[in-house]
Amino acid sequence: MKIIIELRSQQLLAQGNWLARVSKRAVERREWSKFGDAVNEDVGSRLTAVSTEEIVLERPKPIGSTTIETKPGDPDAVLMVCRNCGKKGDHWTARCPIRNLSQPADEFVDKPPAAAPVSTNNAYVPPSLRAGADRTGGSDMRRRNDENSVRVTNLSEDTREPDLHELFGTFGSVSRVYVAIDKNTGTSRGFGFVNFVNREDAQRAINKLNGYGYDNLILKVEWATPRTT
Amino acid sequence: MRPILMKGHERPLTFLKYNRDGDLLFSCAKDHNPTVWFADNGERLGTYRGHNGAVWCCDVSRDSGRLITGSADQTAKLWNVQTGQQLFTFNFDSPARSVDFSVGDKLAVITTDPFMELSSAIHVKRIAKDPSDQTAESLLVIKGPQGRINRAIWGPLNKTIISAGEDAVIRIWDSETGKLLKESDKELGHKKTITSLAKSADGSHFCTGSLDKSAKIWDSRTLSLVKTYVTERPVNAVTMSPLLDHVVLGGGQDASAVTTTDHRAGKFEAKFFDKILQEEIGGVKGHFGPINALAFNPDGKSFSSGGEDGYVRLHHFDPDYFNIKI
Repeated sequence: MKIIIELRSQQLLAQGNWLARVSKRAVERREWSKFGDAVNEDVGSRLTAVSTEEIVLERPKPIGSTTIETKPGDPDAVLMVCRNCGKKGDHWTARCPIRNLSQPADEFVDKPPAAAPVSTNNAYVPPSLRAGADRTGGSDMRRRNDENSVRVTNLSEDTREPDLHELFGTFGSVSRVYVAIDKNTGTSRGFGFVNFVNREDAQRAINKLNGYGYDNLILKVEWATPRTT
Repeated sequence: MRPILMKGHERPLTFLKYNRDGDLLFSCAKDHNPTVWFADNGERLGTYRGHNGAVWCCDVSRDSGRLITGSADQTAKLWNVQTGQQLFTFNFDSPARSVDFSVGDKLAVITTDPFMELSSAIHVKRIAKDPSDQTAESLLVIKGPQGRINRAIWGPLNKTIISAGEDAVIRIWDSETGKLLKESDKELGHKKTITSLAKSADGSHFCTGSLDKSAKIWDSRTLSLVKTYVTERPVNAVTMSPLLDHVVLGGGQDASAVTTTDHRAGKFEAKFFDKILQEEIGGVKGHFGPINALAFNPDGKSFSSGGEDGYVRLHHFDPDYFNIKI
């Protein structure tokens, strides 16, 4: 048996066949009997199986000039990058087959003055919300008003807005006054709010008018929200 | 290429080794039976029964007559490759982690894990030609390194022993006196546990893979850092092609993390790197779990990978593998 095998391999080599060089001992080992757990194995055991999938050595994507993604004869193709799917040389972002129509909204919410409005697709945008609109003035006014809000309590029944306006107007420009009115009786509920334009005026008003006697009642004047001065 | 799948192990693979002629492949796994396969068609030849614990490592003599295995059952065993018979058992006080025959197969280095108060140790044993003459006495015992030693191999001409382990430091010891000759540089070296170590075909350099997601090549004599390869996954196994200048790294996330990421079946891959340019050439996918063992056939025309999934995948390269250019 051995002699025949050796002759055969010599023959094949002589014929110039590309033959894996197998050492003599390796050929002998092929004839070894099975041992251990392999003893009772039949030839068709399922331990060893050739993969049904063809596996290739997958090259990583950017290889340089050897990539085959560019269309032949199109020199600009390599520059054509799609931002959505990342493919190069195939299509521009606007022509991406997986065009996602929902833009992420959170990017815009945090920057109100400068950012474009949230996901409008050619809808009308009022001037105040357009990109570049000057909205600083409006918001400042409103914010400062709420910050300079003064609460007045222990008002008499017939105190109304004009009375407070007159009373507090001496300290500075008042942007808004409000007196809480009871709907049923039409009388004051005893408290109201005054919004100053300037914070210093509000502070002076508080200092002067807190404890001031007005219409037989002692007024309590303080900041509308708990605020440290 | 169409890899050959071999499912002989029920538990994760720990180590793969080809014999010198490249016709036999030995696989070790956490199930207690190392197995030997024919390397051309993946047909199983036999299993070595006798260990009581996970088998961590094995080595085969040059004539493919003897197999040595190191196991968690605190023994290292010598086997007759052909018959599967146990020839000798070396007993230790802690799990044996790494085994390696010297050039000439007269000596073997076996490392043991730290266990309770015992520190990890490197044992050098004499291997007798005739198994009946075999004794258990150690020629040399080196104690001292912190943490587990994951791999220890013989250096060029058996003059040195190179060890690498959990403390991420590579050490070169004199194989006769046991003195520490060199340590790898802390700055340049690995930052986390070194999981694997593979010698080049000529022994002049070796590659280490570590959980810090990189692999490095070092010179065997001077221990200077030659190359570094970076991946995105912790590296569990490394091997170098004896034919081309390629380094293959295998690794992967823990199984627990897999479900949270894209779980396309068979996503774990063995990554091929150009040894000199340090660039990735590509990956071979297929494993269903992290790759724990890699081995190149000494003829360089095929390689095998063993994974956490218990499969050994044997790949014979297509002709165009040999023509890859970067």
